[in-house]
Amino acid sequence: MAHDSHEHDAHVYVPEIAIDRDGKEHVVQGWQGDYEGGKLGFWLFMLTEVLMFGAMFMVLTYYFTLHHQDFINASAGLNRVLGGVNTVVLLFSALTMGLGLLKMRSGDVKGAKLMIWATMLLAAVFLGVKAVEWTAEYHHGIFLGLDALQSGNEHSKPFGEILFFGMYFTMTGLHGFHIIIGIGLMLWLLKRINSGKVTPEHNILHFNIALYWDLVHLIWVFVFPYFYMIGAGDIAGGVIHGH
Amino acid sequence: MSKSYFDETHCAFGHPKSTFMQWMLTIDHKRIGIMYAVVMFTFFFVAVAAALTMRFELFAPGQQFIEAHTFNQAFTLHGVVMVFLFIIPGIPAVFGNIVMPLMIGAKDVSFPRLNWFTFWLYIVGCIVALSSLFNFSIADGSLTFNFADTGWTFYAPYSLNTDTNVVSTLVAAFILGMASILTGLNFLVTIHRLRAPGMDFFKMPLFVWGIYATAWIQLLATPVVGITLVLALLEKYFGIGIFDPAKGGDPVLFQHLFWIYSHPAVYLMILPAFGIMSEIIPAFSRREIFGYRTIALSSAAIAGVGYLVWGHHLFTSGMSDLAKIIFSFLTFFVAIPTGIKFYDWIATMYKGKIVLDTPMLWALGTIITFAIGGLSGVTIAMIGADIHLQDTYYTIAHFHYAMLGGVVFLFFAGIHYWFPLVFGKMYSEAKAKFAFYTLFIGFNLLWFPMFIAGYYGMPRRYFDYLPEFQIYHQISFWGAIIFVSGLIYMFYVLIQGIRNGKPTTPNPWNATTLEWHLPSSPPPLENHTKVPYVDFRPYEYHHGQPVVKFDENMKRID
Repeated sequence: MAHDSHEHDAHVYVPEIAIDRDGKEHVVQGWQGDYEGGKLGFWLFMLTEVLMFGAMFMVLTYYFTLHHQDFINASAGLNRVLGGVNTVVLLFSALTMGLGLLKMRSGDVKGAKLMIWATMLLAAVFLGVKAVEWTAEYHHGIFLGLDALQSGNEHSKPFGEILFFGMYFTMTGLHGFHIIIGIGLMLWLLKRINSGKVTPEHNILHFNIALYWDLVHLIWVFVFPYFYMIGAGDIAGGVIHGH
Repeated sequence: MSKSYFDETHCAFGHPKSTFMQWMLTIDHKRIGIMYAVVMFTFFFVAVAAALTMRFELFAPGQQFIEAHTFNQAFTLHGVVMVFLFIIPGIPAVFGNIVMPLMIGAKDVSFPRLNWFTFWLYIVGCIVALSSLFNFSIADGSLTFNFADTGWTFYAPYSLNTDTNVVSTLVAAFILGMASILTGLNFLVTIHRLRAPGMDFFKMPLFVWGIYATAWIQLLATPVVGITLVLALLEKYFGIGIFDPAKGGDPVLFQHLFWIYSHPAVYLMILPAFGIMSEIIPAFSRREIFGYRTIALSSAAIAGVGYLVWGHHLFTSGMSDLAKIIFSFLTFFVAIPTGIKFYDWIATMYKGKIVLDTPMLWALGTIITFAIGGLSGVTIAMIGADIHLQDTYYTIAHFHYAMLGGVVFLFFAGIHYWFPLVFGKMYSEAKAKFAFYTLFIGFNLLWFPMFIAGYYGMPRRYFDYLPEFQIYHQISFWGAIIFVSGLIYMFYVLIQGIRNGKPTTPNPWNATTLEWHLPSSPPPLENHTKVPYVDFRPYEYHHGQPVVKFDENMKRID
């Protein structure tokens, strides 16, 4: 989208000059090679992602106020070790992604590619851990469509827990989907680097994918405490029940 | 003769020889706008056909031609196609694409290839939306369609329980929403980055302001409905519970999330239409627009306030009284910037040299119809009145006076105004005026009786009605016949204009904005030969003549 507008041969950009009535010259901004425009466009796109997840957080908050205790009980059942490990993995991947962009900008293309591979590796680890978690939950009988999350049978969980897990699978699922998209984007980025379309001088694609990855990890930074940590007090005995 | 954008184009990839493929792959904003127009108006007529079917059915009480269930599908089809396929892409997709870059002196939008991709995303959305139309079965000699029967609002819990094919409609609305977001994003960046040197925000034509305000709504509101539709899908097929009362979910929450987008969406439709009005009124009054800044900022104000009023759709759905009062009060506020615009337009015409060409007729007609549409909106923003009028024909009449008599009428105004720009030819003025009068009369005959029927309690979306409502339905029916005839005639006149209209000069209306200062008509591929330096206001007239003139290199020469 924003990134690949400048390198197609058919649209080589010749900067244009506008002349005012006093004969003064003014440079005209074209759409070709507009680095700032590419950045602005992608920031705006990130805004739509924030709104999308924002709406889900709003739903989550609404039901959390309605079913406070159920949410805490459900959260207590999640695996905080795996979730915590994943948080660290994702934070590290954000670091490698950022380092890759710095390397690209300083001209170290090989180092940049190495960092992108590292990011992809960490993303795969994240997905792997996620898969282990979901599988474990499935074997505990907690998954979309299983009895525990349906209404009106002997295994049915309370309303609040059904809603908690409904949102849990929705939001972590959509987040995981963003991780998969991110891996795809990084593979595409590597291809563009290899074919010389992304270079230290023209790095808008790299910049925007790094921005995307930052947002993906930032969303997780909010998802993690909301799902995994609100019930953590139960284990330590720190939460006073019944408010 | 110089080459126009019809003769050559840039493609998203490759350099195809065939004209057809050149259109399919084009990244030129003008061509993409035309393709949007062709597809959108095709679907527009599909939705008109669905509406006409309903009018036929409602000619008399009881069952006439179609079954009750088919009737439900007909209004769903009408709503889904009109809203998601036609009026939401609407004016931005057509004139935002064709005219906006020309108005700010740009060669194209900021991301032409994204623009191309967006168009095809829109096409995919259209195909998905209508795919379930072809999912029908014939049993016992009767035809059964599987199209959604939920209405275009997909309210839970019915949308979660119905057996009809809601999934494809929801997915389509999501895809079309993404296309809408990407269009808005493209325009925002274009307006921020590609204005001609010297053109600050308050030197932009007011249509560009309308597109700008619209683009923010597209960007900020659409993701919310997008995720709401995804949640509804997950609810329907995976049972996540959040809209299902049986699992503790709240169906009213769906309505909130839906209208957080879908109410701003009506401003997303009307703001570019107001922009067209602000172009036509000064051009055909030969007078500088009155209160430029107030019009520009009122667009922004409508976009801003419009974000906070969605609750007025839920007055009868179960909401705290305090919330109702707040939403009602905020809704009144929308009338203020809208009123400012209207007074500004009328003040512009005062002492102007008014030229009653077709675009101006459409604009003046809209001042009447939208005033009715807008003011009736204020009446149903009042909680007490709304309890009575909610879900009646009164609301339907209000909506259509505002959307059809506002957005679509101004869309038609824009079509007649920019027609010579786009095609370099002129339609027959006399015939186009006749089409306007037919449509204007048919429109009022069609919709005004519904105010009365609704006031007396005729509910919307009903397949049958009490005999006392028959007279209103029959007047509406004849209005619909006149209206549809007018529509067909208008498009016939326009198509005749494209085929064998008289060639025009680049500025047939004596208008002032940059899109009328192109070197040739129709414009060349990359628009202005040179980008002008903009040190003038967009609508400067002196004694009925445009003030600003350019030489062939787009340098000012006055």
